Amino acid sequence: MNSLYYQKRLSRNIGDKFFTYLSVICALIAILPLIFLVTYILYKGGSQITTELFTLEPNPPGDDLDAGGINPALIGTLIITSIASIISIPVGVGGGIYLAEYSKGGSFPRFIRFGVNVLAGVPSIIAGVFIYALIVSTKILFGSMYSGLAGGMALSILMLPTVIKTTDEGLKLVPNELRYASLGVGASMYTTILKVTLPSAFRSIATGVVLGIARAAGETAPLIFTALFSYYYITGFEDLFYEMGSLAVLIYNFALEPYDAQNKLAWAASFILVLSILSVNIFSRILAAFTEKTKRV
Amino acid sequence: MEEKLTLFKNRKRFGIEKNIDIIFKNTALVLSSFVAIILLGIILVVFFQSFESFSRYGLKFLVTSEWNPVKDEYGAFTAIYGTLVTSFLSLLITIPLGVGTAIFITEDFVPKVVREIIGSFVELLAAIPSVVLGLWAIFVMEPFFRAFFVFLNNFFGWIPLFSTEPTGRNSLLAILILVVMLLPIVTSIARDSLNQVPKKLRNAAYGIGASRWKTIFSVILPAALSGIMAGVLLALGRAMGETMAVTMIIGNSNAFSWSILSPGYTISSMLANQFGEADGSQVSSLFYAAFVLMILSLVVNIFAQWLVKKFSLKY
Repeated sequence: MNSLYYQKRLSRNIGDKFFTYLSVICALIAILPLIFLVTYILYKGGSQITTELFTLEPNPPGDDLDAGGINPALIGTLIITSIASIISIPVGVGGGIYLAEYSKGGSFPRFIRFGVNVLAGVPSIIAGVFIYALIVSTKILFGSMYSGLAGGMALSILMLPTVIKTTDEGLKLVPNELRYASLGVGASMYTTILKVTLPSAFRSIATGVVLGIARAAGETAPLIFTALFSYYYITGFEDLFYEMGSLAVLIYNFALEPYDAQNKLAWAASFILVLSILSVNIFSRILAAFTEKTKRV
Repeated sequence: MEEKLTLFKNRKRFGIEKNIDIIFKNTALVLSSFVAIILLGIILVVFFQSFESFSRYGLKFLVTSEWNPVKDEYGAFTAIYGTLVTSFLSLLITIPLGVGTAIFITEDFVPKVVREIIGSFVELLAAIPSVVLGLWAIFVMEPFFRAFFVFLNNFFGWIPLFSTEPTGRNSLLAILILVVMLLPIVTSIARDSLNQVPKKLRNAAYGIGASRWKTIFSVILPAALSGIMAGVLLALGRAMGETMAVTMIIGNSNAFSWSILSPGYTISSMLANQFGEADGSQVSSLFYAAFVLMILSLVVNIFAQWLVKKFSLKY
């Protein structure tokens, strides 16, 4: 009769309780430092934000009490990520279109998909080493060595797998009926892709691409010996061919300086970087959840 | 009748449209092969740049720890040891924590809303740039753990891993910051593969009287194991190649020590530190080290993909 009731002392029930608490502890250990980390970055960096930060050049490290601002690095990050996007989005979307729309199994697309996964796993610093050997040390870009252009190329290597993957997967989700209907009324393959399938997959592709750009904006390793760093304002087009600063490299350089003013600048730059990356992520997440609810097909 | 014939006369596509179609297809084909070209390019470039060092040191490069630009003697054992030790030890800490957290957010201990918030929060953390984590590690983590490291050295100093006195930045800090970076990866992949286990497996286990954790250990985890393993391998690849946070906190010293309480080096932090200023045969040796790193991460990645393909259709 007793056996029908829940018995606390039974070894299986004690064991169950034990493991439940263990998993709670795991979750706490995993999550608390992470919460602490984010709030600390936002608090410590947020307290450094001033208007001069966005307009001034950083002062070279020294005994100066004033570290200046991060204007060149901010603009540099925008430029370098734009270059990376300009290269990797057309190539990646084109490649994704081939994989999803034209390939019909077989070894070539399988090899490319495998290559995409492998390239996604290549350490980011290797991309920097590769561009250094290919472009920086050979001075192939009109005789310039370290340049924002080379940095953008290094980043584009990291973005490419993300863009191809999201395009491939986004297009695969488009129902075949749409393609049949379009081809059935006499549209050619490229009209079908450009006017029917790409537009209907546009939102998911755009989300993936934007997330890829956000990730690239925070990458440092590929930039430290391709774009290097610069303390000076970006004034014109020709600056593309010279060293270019970026937020990520600024954080790296200034975190290792022994001066407090520079360290504070690093925190301020982290605040801006983290805030923009997190808000892009949260925004695209909300957008994705919203589209899932209102999906028509 | 007449009208119908003219209609049929035009049923073929115009030449120009056909050509555009063919051009479009071939452009896409060329663009997709860029991936392969870049991948092969990376492997070939790094290999050929390292050729000088490779022919000079051969495999001895991997087991000697002398790194002396003045005497022009190079060996990468310190960096290779550092890479392997930091990545494996960080995984050792991450796996139980990550899988435990994943179980916590796939079981129904707390309401679904809370679990979803925790899940997406963990995923958001994967988006934080590693250089920012490095900054945090330098200014928050290092002072926080200093006393703990002294304690480790005092009581476990007889273990070679803890045998040196802690002074500032060291490999253990690098391991801990790697744990922070890997947790989101392992947790989110483990959660996805736990979620994919069919509900009827769980119901069947409950039905024959298994308790909740008996079910998890004997049914759910084995069923999700391939996915979790693949996630762990991906995290291992990330850990090996991770550069910025590690470079900022590991102390960057080429003096070899078994201890993780002493400053160390990983291949990627060595590259980040020395590549800019290197010249002569040092560059070639750095490329050699980069080649080793690339092979390591390629092997791990390919193994992960093979694992997924081999076991993914089991359930």
